[in-house]
Amino acid sequence: MPGTTREELTALLRAWTKATERMTLGAEAAPGGVAGGNPLAAPADTGEAMGLPASGLTVTIGFGPSLFDDRFGLADRRPEALIELPAFRGDALRPERSGGDMALQACAHDPQVAVHAIRNLVRIGAGRVSVRWSQLGFGRTSSTSTSQATPRNLFGYKDGTNNLKAEEPELLERHVWVQPDDVPGAAAWLAGGSYLVARRIRMHIEVWDRTSLQEQDATFGRRKLKGEPMGGSEEFDEPDFAALGSDGEPAIPRDSHVFLAHASQLDGIRILRRGYNFTDGTDGLGRLDAGLFFIAFMRDAHAQFVPMQRALAAKDRLNEYIVHDGSALFACPPGIDADDPSDVWGRALFT
Amino acid sequence: MRTRATTVLLAPLLVVALGACTQAKSAGGSAITVDASDDACTMSTSTTTTGDREFRITNTGTKVTEFYVLTEDGMVVSEVENLTPGMTRSLHVTLKRPGAYKGNCKPGMVGDGIDAALAVTGDTITTDTDPKLEAAAGEYQAWVSAQADELLIRTAEFVAAVKAKDVAQAKSLYAVARAPWERIEPVAESFGDLDPAIDGREDVIAEGLEFTGFHRLEKDLWVDGLQADSDAIADRLLADVTTIVEKSKAADLDGLKIANGAKELLDEMATGKITGEEDRYSHTDLHDFAANWEGSKKGMEVLKPILTDRNQDLVADYNQAATTLDGLIAAQREGEGYRLYTDVPQAEIKALSDALTAVGEQVGRVGAALATQ
Repeated sequence: MPGTTREELTALLRAWTKATERMTLGAEAAPGGVAGGNPLAAPADTGEAMGLPASGLTVTIGFGPSLFDDRFGLADRRPEALIELPAFRGDALRPERSGGDMALQACAHDPQVAVHAIRNLVRIGAGRVSVRWSQLGFGRTSSTSTSQATPRNLFGYKDGTNNLKAEEPELLERHVWVQPDDVPGAAAWLAGGSYLVARRIRMHIEVWDRTSLQEQDATFGRRKLKGEPMGGSEEFDEPDFAALGSDGEPAIPRDSHVFLAHASQLDGIRILRRGYNFTDGTDGLGRLDAGLFFIAFMRDAHAQFVPMQRALAAKDRLNEYIVHDGSALFACPPGIDADDPSDVWGRALFT
Repeated sequence: MRTRATTVLLAPLLVVALGACTQAKSAGGSAITVDASDDACTMSTSTTTTGDREFRITNTGTKVTEFYVLTEDGMVVSEVENLTPGMTRSLHVTLKRPGAYKGNCKPGMVGDGIDAALAVTGDTITTDTDPKLEAAAGEYQAWVSAQADELLIRTAEFVAAVKAKDVAQAKSLYAVARAPWERIEPVAESFGDLDPAIDGREDVIAEGLEFTGFHRLEKDLWVDGLQADSDAIADRLLADVTTIVEKSKAADLDGLKIANGAKELLDEMATGKITGEEDRYSHTDLHDFAANWEGSKKGMEVLKPILTDRNQDLVADYNQAATTLDGLIAAQREGEGYRLYTDVPQAEIKALSDALTAVGEQVGRVGAALATQ
């Protein structure tokens, strides 16, 4: 917020770290927070997660490019690659759903636990930070581990078959984690962290639903039931872009999502997708305001997401059924040091 | 997130205090030691007397733990958190009343924890009424009284303009007449059924009630034109305001009521004014917004001498948030009054809303601060 100082910001990050540690253990945001405080004071914890387990709650913090202006003395700490994403063809971005100085992402098995975390962290920040936008998602759309079955997006297609997986540490180092050489000097605080790209992708659900199966399959380049690439037989078959269909055309269309987004078409670029489905009710015309809240982590958004999205924005047949209406980029520092009780969010950035 | 590994930070000295404790407790001297392990919460005594007490808690378990002192019905008297294994911390507590208290260790920081009974005997520690609180109540009372006088004068002028069919004059006096009302609204509202008659909005009037008061005349002046019964509505408004002014001047106020009033005015701004629904025909919402704010600020101003004694941080945090809101409201001034609400860009409304939230969080702390000495 206007007027917030560097000291206030670091104090807030300390308070956030402390409350988050408590909540990730399933504890109240503050001791006795729900009903143990002074009865004349507002409770320090809003209470809706009381009695619920920790539910795998994780909270990730990210710092946006705009944080590195002249307000907090961070101008020389901005990693070179932390600059706003360019405009892409077909974007219909709404400013009130885009950008931001900082991001908090709470993930849990129970949305009530995730919302509770965000709500209490926002409240702790009153007067120092204010919410620019928020988005609730459900049903993770991409598998990020070989132990997970591939989930489906709201188009009904398996999403993330070919995603990077936790069991591939070398690939994660190469494509996801920012390496020390990427962030020399004053930007070294981000080494071991990752860039988070968020895109709110509205799906034209009703249009999609009345589209033929053949067209749906051709749009993705995969078959709906099992998720195998067209021309293949099993989900995890490597897409064969040389294979021809009975009509003599490529079995996987050249404007299909799988073709355009595949590493082989993008000089080996890969990203770790970790998106969620969303529905925000209806849009006033009776249509679902629903889609994919695309979240992806990568080592350099401008070297990975940008060329990928440029290719998709230009040619992807899926564009007939989607529109991007929110966008943000954040740099997420590495996690809190488990062996150092005094570690707090942003410590490396602010020292 | 962080899972704390076993931090080896032993404080072996404490065990020594154990023997002395039972004798010392009645004198209020030595600390009550607490052995907080993973499955037990053992205090060196289960009885003590009212007054200042020190607890020395040692985490002898393997999990991060917390220690609470609770009243019989579970209210936290005080607590210490984040005790890593091996760590010892002191907790100073004032036990004001006799009763069945309990200590509570919470290994792992979750769940119900493990209780250890603590019977507290002795006299209740009374604290004298703070003379500053009485002074604050008196000052606020005098201010409410002056605002009530102002309300009556301005309402009479507004009503006279309506009855003279001078629409332009009446429109210019409408927001002016409402300002003192909005400044003392929580006091005025406490007199029940007159509030809807004076300030009810068309859509929130209960079934069977007539749409009267300021907003009915607002609608006549800005939308419908003066009606056959506008004079009667104006007369009734003046009569109702006269009654409420008398009652407001006689209201019995104390520190807590002033604090609650300061909060209610902010809540009113956050729910009724920031949405632009209060003055939906005239769009003079910012006048009401500013007047609510002036009333809330006045309440805090009279309480500040007490709050400064009890919680300086609260006063500092409040002042900072209030300065921000002051600046944002001042930026909306236009001529004698404020911009029409329909002319305020959404980004500026959001800034007002954010600043209001920040002030509200601080004012929400005042009641508890007044109750603790």
